[in-house]
Amino acid sequence: MSVDGYLEAFRSQGRIVVVGASLAGLRAAEALRDEGFTGTLTMIGDEPHEPYDRPPLSKQVLLGKVPPDHTALPRRRLVDAEWRLGVAATGLDLAAKRVQLSDGDSVEYDRLLITTGVRARPWPRELEAELDGVFVLRTRDDATRLHHRLKAGPRGVLVIGAGFTGSEIASACRERGLSVTVAERGAAPLVGALGGVVGEVAAELQRSHGVDLRCGVQVTGLEGDAAGRVRTAHFSDGAAVEAEVVVVALGATRNTEWLADSGLGAGPRGIACDAGCRAFDVRGIVTDDVFVAGDVARSPHPLFGYQFLSLEHWGNAVAQAEIAAHNMVSASTDRRPHLWMPSFWSAQFGVNIKSVGVPPMADQIIVTQGSLAEHRFTAAYGHQGRIIAAVTFDQAKWLDFYESEIERAAPFPPEFPTVDRRPEGMQPVPAGFPDPSLPSHGPTVTLSGHSPTDRRITFTPRRA
Amino acid sequence: MTSVALLHRITDFANRPDPYPLYAELRKTPVVRDEAGPYLVSTYWEIRSLLHDPRISSDARNLTAEAAKATGQDQDPDLPPNFLRLDPPEHDRLRRLATAPFGPPDTPRRVYDMHGELTDVVAELIDGCRGKEQIDLVDDISYPFPVTVICRLLGVPREDEKLFHEWADTIAAGPDPVVTDEEREAKLESVRRARRELAGYLAGLIEERRRSPRDDMLSAMAAGHGADGRMSPVEAVTTSALLLVAGHETTVNLITNGMLTLLRNPDVLQRLRAEPDLAVPLVEELLRFEPPVQMLPQRTTLADIDIAGTIIPKGASVYLMLASGSRDPQRFTDADRFIPDRSDNQHLGFGHGLHACFGAPLARLEAQLALTALVRRLDAPRLAEDPPPYRPNAVLRGPRHLPIAIGGIKD
Repeated sequence: MSVDGYLEAFRSQGRIVVVGASLAGLRAAEALRDEGFTGTLTMIGDEPHEPYDRPPLSKQVLLGKVPPDHTALPRRRLVDAEWRLGVAATGLDLAAKRVQLSDGDSVEYDRLLITTGVRARPWPRELEAELDGVFVLRTRDDATRLHHRLKAGPRGVLVIGAGFTGSEIASACRERGLSVTVAERGAAPLVGALGGVVGEVAAELQRSHGVDLRCGVQVTGLEGDAAGRVRTAHFSDGAAVEAEVVVVALGATRNTEWLADSGLGAGPRGIACDAGCRAFDVRGIVTDDVFVAGDVARSPHPLFGYQFLSLEHWGNAVAQAEIAAHNMVSASTDRRPHLWMPSFWSAQFGVNIKSVGVPPMADQIIVTQGSLAEHRFTAAYGHQGRIIAAVTFDQAKWLDFYESEIERAAPFPPEFPTVDRRPEGMQPVPAGFPDPSLPSHGPTVTLSGHSPTDRRITFTPRRA
Repeated sequence: MTSVALLHRITDFANRPDPYPLYAELRKTPVVRDEAGPYLVSTYWEIRSLLHDPRISSDARNLTAEAAKATGQDQDPDLPPNFLRLDPPEHDRLRRLATAPFGPPDTPRRVYDMHGELTDVVAELIDGCRGKEQIDLVDDISYPFPVTVICRLLGVPREDEKLFHEWADTIAAGPDPVVTDEEREAKLESVRRARRELAGYLAGLIEERRRSPRDDMLSAMAAGHGADGRMSPVEAVTTSALLLVAGHETTVNLITNGMLTLLRNPDVLQRLRAEPDLAVPLVEELLRFEPPVQMLPQRTTLADIDIAGTIIPKGASVYLMLASGSRDPQRFTDADRFIPDRSDNQHLGFGHGLHACFGAPLARLEAQLALTALVRRLDAPRLAEDPPPYRPNAVLRGPRHLPIAIGGIKD
């Protein structure tokens, strides 16, 4: 049988199942139809909601500017799919090409796309996590509950973890006039994602906006009252903080447990796939019919030493979903690589933060425009003499330039003058990243080794 | 080093109605030194990359003396540059202060809330054409409309328009390249005089608003905003002069070019009449196809820049040929065709990067409302003259008059 003949039949009458009905899943489904796929399409999502947008959940929703149920993702086109929402996938049989579902049913596919994303890492002590007033923030329901409680004006809010989500939550609380303590195990907020130099600026931002920021401490325990409501948090430095709301923002866990015995190269760091979004099996052989996209995927990027990158970035989810969809219905010579330039943004304490490239790979940093002290700057990150990333605080309009510098591996430190190069920006300094082998809730880019079946790195959440 | 002699042909008034074939010729060499001195950048990706390049300055003080003289961009001894001619951090501070009363994050609804008012202004102007068999679109509508709007927004009395009209026109011709030394001197002198006179006029108004503020941008700029403090009196003058002139001299061409293009493409005019929502992508296509700002002639290099195989030396004068970039077939399919619902239309009509058009949201809305109202209410419009007579300006290019024969005005 001709393979091309198979492809034609598949495009017209094949069965595609997408597991994970959020941003990547929806955009992939739309792209599949755009690509001319006319077979059956099944969308499986563990949440009961239609696909919605997550970035507003830690910003506009907490501020009450947007109701949680007004975050549905805009639809680009009709997808004509069977939606199975509120049902989780619980297992995968690669040989039988079948996905098992939590309601006991199963779905067969000719090609499968996995976009199961990540979930919030919960507070590790289960009894404490169940106290009333302890929250995580990942889903729309999380945001609804947290917003409801913040609106009531709690007397103290404790945010555990000063990564992007934690910092944005603290920012929203301050904007609501609530008193906020932020506890961060690292030396500064955002230190895992942006390093110590920029982390210091983030710390100043928090403090100047009235956040009681405590760095270099861990929360050792949460204590409730007789009614089971959280009241006090104990810190590793012996301090105790009163709080009626505790938000646990310790990063995310990849939703791969359902694949544990499937034979797919899936683990705590995500599902390994090639640049064409095809999943690897545990032997390191690329599969023909299983594709991956979004936060749960790890794929090699030539610009960054072919390391397998896991990116929890909105733009990456969209771009990778489109590539995966294209490749799922294309002949091998028409396939495209996913070579997206990592980039993300955050809004906190009145500042727009944007990043391109992979800052945590860097050894050095230099401020090429503006000034750290003014909280408006562009910083370039260097890795072994070339530019590897750039971050802006309220200067996002320059990022296109730095992106092209990263793409062409331009030398670091950049020697040229710029329209706003200050004396402080003439010498590179150490970028100040913590040891990347230690698990951290901070980075939104995780460098996880060179090999798809690299099992040497195991994720062991440190007990608090 | 390749060099061409195209700039004098582009500025030659005879080529004003259709400069686009010259741009096509220019694009054969994406970056090229013109005999007249400046480096001309004419292709989309190269222009775009320079618009985002922090080694490119808008401050004339960074030109070499020779380049400054050749392009007639010497520093005005009377007044400091406005933010269009400044780099960060000075540019950023002034632009933030000017943005505070105009747009997000502090005043996100300013332009949106003007919708009703703008609709009324256009309706009145069209009503004023009743009984005519021929209108001049420029004098009757596309000039008075944005002028009325910018005056209200800033808080400049509309009746003073006859005062500053002349100044604004003179200043707007400032960026145009000139050929002879005599022309250069004469123009420099007249531009400086106009700037002085306009500045004197605005200084009086701003002082008045400082004493008794109203709900307008002059009052807001006089009062200052947040951590950035407030503009000095001279900064308030240069900034408001910039906004007044920009509000005067650009949207008029967008609306006029728009109607001209519609009358040349009657099927599109019909479509807009039936589908008013088409106005949104149509105005974007206009900004690509017939942009009011044809080029940015006021950039220079802070270092030697290697681009598209050419090195532009430090301190050189660089012209970014926006209208050419927006017609680059490497970027846009059927680049020379007007396609009102073109998708993926990231044109260069409003520039890009740091100096991206400040008034863009207002200009878009003005053009959308004006064109929709015009096609709905002008009965049987047709061009009385094609091409129409053009203004002399090569940079802020557009017709001086656009005579349109009409069957009447509909309600």
